[in-house]
Amino acid sequence: MDSGTVSGIVTGILIVAFIGITAWAYSKRRKPDFDEAAHLPFADDDEQPNRDTSASANGADSRKNGSCKSKGDRNT
Amino acid sequence: MSTALEHPTYNYKVVRQFAIMTVVWGIVGMTLGVILAAQLVWPQLNLDLPWTSFGRLRPLHTNAVIFAFGGSALFATSYYVVQRTCQTRLFSDRLAAFTFWGWQAVILSAVVSLPLGMTTTKEYAELEWPINILIAVVWISYAIVFLMTIKRRQTSHIYVANWFFAAFILTVAVLHIVNNAAIPVTAMYSTSIYAGSIDAMVQWWYGHNAVGFFLTAGFLGMMYYFVPKQAERPVYSYRLSIVHFWALIMVYMWAGPHHLHYTALPNWAQSLGMIMSIILLAPSWGGMINGMMTLSGAWHKLRTDPTLRFLVVALSFYGMSTFEGPMMAVKTVNALSHYTDWTIGHVHAGALGWVAMITIGSMYHLIPRLFGRTEMHSVNLIAVHFWLATIGTVLYIASMWVNGILQGLMWRAINPDGTLMYTFVEAVEASGPGYIVRLIGGLCWVTGMLIMAYNVTMTVKRGEGARQPLPQTA
Repeated sequence: MDSGTVSGIVTGILIVAFIGITAWAYSKRRKPDFDEAAHLPFADDDEQPNRDTSASANGADSRKNGSCKSKGDRNT
Repeated sequence: MSTALEHPTYNYKVVRQFAIMTVVWGIVGMTLGVILAAQLVWPQLNLDLPWTSFGRLRPLHTNAVIFAFGGSALFATSYYVVQRTCQTRLFSDRLAAFTFWGWQAVILSAVVSLPLGMTTTKEYAELEWPINILIAVVWISYAIVFLMTIKRRQTSHIYVANWFFAAFILTVAVLHIVNNAAIPVTAMYSTSIYAGSIDAMVQWWYGHNAVGFFLTAGFLGMMYYFVPKQAERPVYSYRLSIVHFWALIMVYMWAGPHHLHYTALPNWAQSLGMIMSIILLAPSWGGMINGMMTLSGAWHKLRTDPTLRFLVVALSFYGMSTFEGPMMAVKTVNALSHYTDWTIGHVHAGALGWVAMITIGSMYHLIPRLFGRTEMHSVNLIAVHFWLATIGTVLYIASMWVNGILQGLMWRAINPDGTLMYTFVEAVEASGPGYIVRLIGGLCWVTGMLIMAYNVTMTVKRGEGARQPLPQTA
């Protein structure tokens, strides 16, 4: 096999892999799982023992969900 | 540090150590960069000593900013993110502590050995073989801590940021070990086991993937956690993040030959590197768009939140430099840009604009939380830092574009009789003003980092004070 054939085969494999991954990622079946995964950064709230009481008028709950209300917070 | 700061579940100690060292090494590495920039304006600043000459300080600068500053930031954020998104403690406190002290030992040996002129001469892999063995041991320990923590997770999914961190850790282990395979000659001298253009190809397979996995995949892991956190909304498209991940790691591996255009490397390998570099634009921009769109509906936060501004401007520079990179990988463009200051400008668009800015944004999110606070000591100082960093980056890359194109055009200019129109030193002379502008940009950056250091110090102090059981006051 010359190098042209090899690169042809490799290109083919990569295209199939890419289409496969895309189809898998965008399949309806995966949607609920991915939604759950996307919320993982908000799943554990750190309000308790690791936050100070003085500055958290806006802190505790604002990061749990994707609430889009402006709370005027700056660095939470 | 007082035990009152300890989190009941997570190991924050090692994260705090790495986070503080990120700031320290950031200042050291960028100050070295400013010294080098000044040496290019006033060559006498090398003091006529071998240890402070450009050739020895330059690898120290790159090692300090990439592996000391960037590396500490990656350790800190990956240890933090993996614990928070897997809801479990790091696999082993001892092994995690070993990665911290081991990594600092690596950096200190670089600080000693590079000015002494001990170097393998491989760019971004200059450290000699005993240090390379230490790096390999520390890195494998890092992989064990990180992957075993994922294995112990309390959640059913592995969050996408951890995929990026894991790919970065595993790939860097392979790259480092393969590229540094060498035969030791003396205690601090070795020769590569590869020869000729194979050596060059292995080196740039390593070099470009160091960019792709150390400076991109790792920091994308940061992006996928800290951008959603700071914007207070989940990532724009989790599906896109999966396609982004697999496409990026499949394509990056093949782009290295674009560092060796018009060399002894076989022509087909050069063309392959060029094509794969152009394809790379797609996954890079997919990731950038995913990060940017996470802010949809929350753009107003940028007005009041300088930390978020750091993260978003980092993504803008990421988009810009991942467009510039494929363009420069095109052979005809490369014929003009290669070996000029344009390359240095491109690297810093990525290194300052993307890597440093996403790191600093992440640190401003992370550091107050590690020290029991909700905000940095001063939000206004974050804003000052943001503007210094942005202006510094723009000055840096604009001056290097001008210099690069100027040098490229002067070097290729030919008289009607076929002789060169300019001598090399004329191109150096013409670059002078650009070097001054670059120096100013660098000074902006170091000033910003010093402001950050002050802000962090005050945050840590107050954080520790706040842990004391004070009587409640309104």
